[in-house]
Amino acid sequence: MNILQILVWVFILFAISRAVLRFREGTLTSKEFIIWDLFWIVAGIVFLFPNITNKIAKILGVGRGTDATIYVALLVLFYMIFRLYIKLEDLDHNITKIVRAIAINSKDNIKQDK
Amino acid sequence: MNNKNIFIVIPAYNEAKVIVNVISEIKKNYSNIIVIDDCSNDSTYEAAKSTGIYVVKHIINRGQGAALQTGITYSLKQGADVIVTFDADGQHDPNDIKKMIEPIINEKCDITLGSRFLDGRINIPYTRKIVLKLAVIFTKLVSRISVTDTHNGFRALSRVAAEKIEIKQDRMSHASEILDQIPKLKIKYMEIPIEIKYTEYSIQKGQSSMNAIRIAWDFIKNKVIK
Repeated sequence: MNILQILVWVFILFAISRAVLRFREGTLTSKEFIIWDLFWIVAGIVFLFPNITNKIAKILGVGRGTDATIYVALLVLFYMIFRLYIKLEDLDHNITKIVRAIAINSKDNIKQDK
Repeated sequence: MNNKNIFIVIPAYNEAKVIVNVISEIKKNYSNIIVIDDCSNDSTYEAAKSTGIYVVKHIINRGQGAALQTGITYSLKQGADVIVTFDADGQHDPNDIKKMIEPIINEKCDITLGSRFLDGRINIPYTRKIVLKLAVIFTKLVSRISVTDTHNGFRALSRVAAEKIEIKQDRMSHASEILDQIPKLKIKYMEIPIEIKYTEYSIQKGQSSMNAIRIAWDFIKNKVIK
């Protein structure tokens, strides 16, 4: 292994250790924890053994390994953006609920003169 | 009118100039008026408060749809039997309220929808007319409801209808959302011809025709996602 490969492995171990920490404190669910770990391991393998991507590209019928990697990366990115978007819409909706509750329960609401 | 509690719900955003007039006109015949101030940055809240009616305030601006739902929720809590939604900018005629609520009180339907096109008594900017007509076709296809005016803030709802309908779209696409829910929730509806007063003030404040595309997009996007 050369220096670069060692550094990559160190970084991946570091990233996984961060994920472990987040999992322990409850920020990540076990599902998310597993997904992120897999992500880092796959990223590490692809980086260190680029020829694997060429084999996968052949199976998928795409030209080069790099192309296949980019296509997959783009798909994953778009999906993540989609999920983030939904989460934002939900947040927005919840903010309105809170503003509504404050408005309705406020003691400043004037009662009309009868 | 009879023993029914009639509530007039007016969502308002920066309408300090006209809100007092609008309220006074309605106050001649109706006493349960609710203005929802959607966090205006002018004196809409104070102006409305000065007339002695119910005023409810959003601490952050959330949009007309959100303000409307807040008004409806509040009215139901106060025991409303009939809820009328009315615009704050002076485009609607308070004299039309009576015929909007009659079918509801007589139990002919659970929601009445105001239409500016029904009896041809209209004086509307040409471009606006085209956009609204296109909206009718769009609504018929997507929501499967046939109306002649898809973006009219003048409606009356029975308590039953008000309890069923939930406006989740905060911004302007709430109008399409309400129409969308009517056939889905099997609510009986009727269109009633009403007067729209196009003053320079209200045209300037109203929806630009370009916004129509954004509204349509918002509506479809939310229909697909939710």
